[in-house]
Amino acid sequence: MNERWIKAAPWLWTIGLFALWEGAVRIFSIEVFILPAPTDIWEAIVKYWSPIWKNSLQTLLTTTIGFLMAVGGGLALGLAIGWSRAIYAGLYPIMIGFNSIPKVAVVPILVIWFGIGTVPAVLTAFLIAFFPIVVNVATGLATIEPEMEDVLRALGAKKLDIMLKVGIPRSMPYFFGSLKIAITLAFVGSVISETVAANSGIGHMMLAAQSQFNVPLVWAGLVALAVLGIVMYAAMAWLEMRMTGWAHRSGLH
Amino acid sequence: MTGFVELRDVRLAYGPGGSGTLALDGLTMTVKRGEFAAVVGPSGCGKSTLMKLATGLIRPQTGTVEVAGHEVDGPVSIAGMAFQNPSMLPWRTTLRNVMLPLEIVQPHRSRLSKEREAYQQRAEDLLAVVGLKGFSDKYPWQLSGGMQQRSNLCRALIHDPTLLMLDEPFGALDAFTREELWQVMRDLHAEKGFTTILVTHDLREAVFLSDRVFVMSARPGKIIVERSIDFGRPRPLDLTYEADFNDVVHELRAHIAEARTAA
Ligand SMILES: Nc1ncnc2c1ncn2[C@@H]1O[C@H](COP(=O)(O)OP(=O)(O)OP(=O)(O)O)[C@@H](O)[C@H]1O
Ligand SMILES: [Mg+2]
Repeated sequence: MNERWIKAAPWLWTIGLFALWEGAVRIFSIEVFILPAPTDIWEAIVKYWSPIWKNSLQTLLTTTIGFLMAVGGGLALGLAIGWSRAIYAGLYPIMIGFNSIPKVAVVPILVIWFGIGTVPAVLTAFLIAFFPIVVNVATGLATIEPEMEDVLRALGAKKLDIMLKVGIPRSMPYFFGSLKIAITLAFVGSVISETVAANSGIGHMMLAAQSQFNVPLVWAGLVALAVLGIVMYAAMAWLEMRMTGWAHRSGLH
Repeated sequence: MTGFVELRDVRLAYGPGGSGTLALDGLTMTVKRGEFAAVVGPSGCGKSTLMKLATGLIRPQTGTVEVAGHEVDGPVSIAGMAFQNPSMLPWRTTLRNVMLPLEIVQPHRSRLSKEREAYQQRAEDLLAVVGLKGFSDKYPWQLSGGMQQRSNLCRALIHDPTLLMLDEPFGALDAFTREELWQVMRDLHAEKGFTTILVTHDLREAVFLSDRVFVMSARPGKIIVERSIDFGRPRPLDLTYEADFNDVVHELRAHIAEARTAA
């Protein structure tokens, strides 16, 4: 019985929250342009389904492409940094400096180079999602147990052997763990860029709705973002479980 | 007389350019081919450092290290090693953990894919010897500490090393498991005849297993006493409760106590 309540809890809380919201809007008769009730938002979702769907796909597309680029680039750079102390020493300060730039500030430059549209959104997603992957992969490689390394080196193992047999498998839980963070960040990057410099995507749609005082549609956009975000996060969490189950069962030290 | 492992007047200091902790100074020791040597000494005197030197993982600042007649100028690639911390790879089963050295060391490395069956059998046999029959498909986290240590021993032995380096491999085990593994070690050594250097804190372990015990001074470590252990082989475990045996243990204990207070 208790177990089942715990299983149901997320749904119950969500429903409760929406009910509370709906009730509050009605009791205090809050104006729709301040805070639309969930039912108003639902109406907007139904009414504007087609643009919401289309723009969601656009946002999903830019996020996914940016994310995949970040995965490729982050994995490569993370391995390079974990491989060589010299590369690490040279690149680390640069990466810290780069990471400390708020990525919104890069969007104008991307617009100068590529114009308004999909490309800046993809690149913003890439730039923002890239860093946690690099750091996690490099950490996984850098924290190989010295005993393990000694055992293998005493057998005559070359650096490549140690990387292939120990380093890379070992960094995989870190890598897959970082994907959850990276996809969330890529999403943030896409939406920021769409809001500033695009003519499609949920971010753009929300901005357009706002300028027409279509407040329920702005909120509907927010709901669409929440749904997309949850779906992408869940996909990454599932992938992580699938790929690195051993790390969860054993507790990685 | 030249030995299988020979360290001559070795000095090793850690830190950049040897500017840090002086771990070993003026250490000389010779271990003969096939001999079982034990190294004992106060904590922190440089025993693990000695192991790394003899396997070529680190190089001395002065003095020479020779293994099998060649001066060591890099990892020796013939050694099997086991440490106190078993360091099994958690994503590999026990069998695949044990077989890891075969993926590194020649000629096994190039034969492994063709003769996988035979090698697997060999690993299974070895696991059976240490009492891990039927556990080859288990992951390390499904094994107890003692079982992990047993598979650790198998991993050190799977490629038939001519030199076996054991750094307190039984340190974390309960007394019964430890005594059981002593006997396993004794039998494996008798059967395969590899040269062994065992670092231990347990003097009974040192005396029971070895042909010679080397006592080290406090840091910076050097060999202060070499004690031959002449009990006949095979040695029964009961030997460890006999008076002669305990006399030797006491004698060694006195040397170590002296080494500690001298520091
Ligand atoms: N990688 C290292 N860098 C710097 N100093 C080190 C390093 N490894 C060991 N030392 C120092 O060298 C000395 C000898 O260390 P070592 O590990 O060889 O001792 P040990 O005899 O094995 O000790 P224990 O019995 O506690 O295992 C110690 O003072 C230690 O602090
Ligand atoms: Mg030690």
